[in-house]
Amino acid sequence: MPNQAKTLAQKLWNAHVVRTAEGEPDLLFVDLHLVHEVTSPQAFEGLRLAGRKVRRPDLSVATMDHNVPTRGGVRAADDLSRKQMEVLAENCRREGIPLHQIGSRRQGIVHVIGPELGLTQPGMLIVCGDSHTSTHGAFGALAFGIGTSEVELVLATQCLPQKRQGDRAVNVEGELPLGVTAKDIVLGLIGRTGTSAGQGHLVEYRGPTIRGLSMEGRMTICNMSIEWGAKAGMVAPDDTTFSYVEGKPHAPKGAAWEKALEYWRSLASDQDAKFDGVIELDASKLEPHVTWGTTPAQVVPVTGRVPSPRSETDERALRYMDLLPGTALADIAIDRVFIGSCTNARLEDLRAAAGVIQGRRVHPKVRAMVVPGSTSVKRAAEEEGLDLVFKAAGFEWRNAGCSMCLGMNPDILAPGERCASTSNRNFEGRQGSGGRTHLMSPPMAAAAAITGHLVDVRELL
Amino acid sequence: MEPVKRVAGRMAPLDLADVDTDQIIPKQFLKRIERTGYGPFLFYDWRARGDFVLDRPEYAGAPVLVAGANFGCGSSREHAPWALRDFGFRAIIAPSFADIFRANCYKTGLLAVTLPDSQVRHLIDLVSEDPTAEVIVDLEARQVRGDGFSYRFEIDAFARECLLGGLDEIALVERHHKDIAAYEQRRAEWLPAVK
Repeated sequence: MPNQAKTLAQKLWNAHVVRTAEGEPDLLFVDLHLVHEVTSPQAFEGLRLAGRKVRRPDLSVATMDHNVPTRGGVRAADDLSRKQMEVLAENCRREGIPLHQIGSRRQGIVHVIGPELGLTQPGMLIVCGDSHTSTHGAFGALAFGIGTSEVELVLATQCLPQKRQGDRAVNVEGELPLGVTAKDIVLGLIGRTGTSAGQGHLVEYRGPTIRGLSMEGRMTICNMSIEWGAKAGMVAPDDTTFSYVEGKPHAPKGAAWEKALEYWRSLASDQDAKFDGVIELDASKLEPHVTWGTTPAQVVPVTGRVPSPRSETDERALRYMDLLPGTALADIAIDRVFIGSCTNARLEDLRAAAGVIQGRRVHPKVRAMVVPGSTSVKRAAEEEGLDLVFKAAGFEWRNAGCSMCLGMNPDILAPGERCASTSNRNFEGRQGSGGRTHLMSPPMAAAAAITGHLVDVRELL
Repeated sequence: MEPVKRVAGRMAPLDLADVDTDQIIPKQFLKRIERTGYGPFLFYDWRARGDFVLDRPEYAGAPVLVAGANFGCGSSREHAPWALRDFGFRAIIAPSFADIFRANCYKTGLLAVTLPDSQVRHLIDLVSEDPTAEVIVDLEARQVRGDGFSYRFEIDAFARECLLGGLDEIALVERHHKDIAAYEQRRAEWLPAVK
C-alpha cells in the first residue's frame, strides 16, 4: 500500500530505518547524539573496556549542564561533580567529540543549545541520555531520551533498535487568553491525562493554537511529553520553524537550504492519517495552572483550591507538600522562586518573566533566582538589559545550567522550603531533599516572587 | 551480560503508584562514574524517614519487588535499575512501567514484568500477609507462578531473547554494519555534522 496516509511520526520513523526484520525491533539511525556529564561516563567506560570506538563523533555533541555550578565556575563544584566534568572532557578528547564545557561561549542545557546551534532541525532523529530530549520534537524531529546502556550503543553504532510505537495526537484550538502560556497548555493537558497515558506513544501536538506558538512555546510543550509518559512529542515544522532554524550556525545554507526546505515541507501528517487517539483541548478556556502535589498531573488552575484526595497518591502528596484540601492556591506562601530549566529558560521565557517584574521588587521573604538555559541566552538577555530588570528587583542572575530543576549542583531547596518553579518535575525531593515544588509558567513564577505567595499573574498585568 | 531465565524467591511489596526515579535513586548519588555501588542509596530519602517497608526484616533479601502502576517514571537515569539490582532485586512486577525505565531494566538484566492490576494486587496482599510467600518469575514460560496461581505475562519478544541469551546488544547491532554503512551513504547532505 504505497499511498497509505502516514502520520508525521511514521514519516520520521520510516526515514530512519536502517534495517527491518520480522520479530525484531527496527534498527534506526541516529542523526544527532547529545551527550552530558551525568549519564555518559559509564557508557564511555563500557566502550573502552570492550575496545570499541565512537562510530560518528561528528554526529555527537557534548555539553556540561546537569551538575555545573551557576556561580563561581568549576572551582565551586564538589569533588564528585568536578570529577564527572573532567571525565567527560577526557572522553570527548579521546573520541574527538566536540564539547561545550563550563566557561565556554556555547555551554548550556543540552536541550537549549541543540536548537540554538541549529543542530536540531526538522526531520532528524535525536537522542540523549536525558528524558527531556522530547524537547527537540518541537522542530518536527523524532527525539527521545535513552538510558546509559543505550548511550553506549549509540556511541558504538550510531544506531538504536526500537520497537514501533503507537500514534497519538493532541489537537489544541482556541486563542490563548492573556497571561496563559504554552506551559499552561501542557500542565492542563497532563492534569487531564494523568502521568502515564502517553506510554508507548509518539505524540503529535497540532491544531491552530500550536501553530500560533513560537518555537520556544512548542519546545516547552514537547519538553513535558515525558511527564505524561509519552515516548516522544512533536510538532510539524512550518514557517515559524524554518525562520527559527535559518541562519543558525549549523543550519544548511544556499542550495542545501532550498533542498532541505523542500523535504521539511513534506513533514506533516497526511490528511487521512490515522491516530490511535486524539485528545482535544480548548485553549481559550485555559487559566494559568499550578501544581499542588508531587506529580505534574496533580495540577489545578491558580484560581482553584487544593483538591480533596482521590487516591493514596494524592494523600501522600498532600502530606509531603504540607497542604490541606480546600486551601485556596493564592493563600500558599512561598520561600523561593526558580526561573530556569530546559522547559522554560529560553530568551522568550526570560522576557515574559521580566515583563511582570519590571519596576517591582521581590517580596522580602522570598529568595529568587534566574538561571538562563544557556550561556548564549544569558548573553542575549544581557544585551536587552533583562539582567538589569531581574537584578533591580532582587533576583539573583546566574550562569547557565540545569541548576535547581534537579538540584545536582549547589542550587537546592532546604528541607521544608516551598518553591515556585518553571521547571518540569515536582517530585518529592526533586529540588532538594524535603523541598516542595510548585510548577508554573515563567510569568506566574515572576508574579509569585513579587507577592510572596502563589498568585494569578493576570492580577499583575 | 549474564543470561536471565528465571527469578525465584520471596517478594517485597511497595504499594505505591507513580514511584519516580528521583525516589529510587536521588540525584546526589548520580555523581559516580561507575555502574555499581548504588545499593545503599536506593530509596534514600524514604528510608531515612524510618520504617520504610523495604527495611523491615521480613522483606530483607527478597529478590522480587512488587509495586504500583507507572513504576520508574521520570528521568532516564539508568542508575535506578543499577540501584535496584545492587540492593538485591532481580525482578520487578507492576501494572505498568515508564518506557525508558523498562528499557533500562532489560539492559541491566533486571526483569520488569507487567501484570494486570488485580494480579499485582493479589501479590501485594499475599506478601503483606505472608512475607515468606515465594514466587517464580519464569521468563522462558512467561509466567509468574506461586502456590495455587500462575499468571502469564507478555514481554517484547526481542528483549526476552536478549535476556534469555545474555546477548550483547552492541554486538548484535554491529553485525549489521553493512546496512549501517549503506544508510550512511544515502543520508541527505544537508544534515548537520560537527567537525
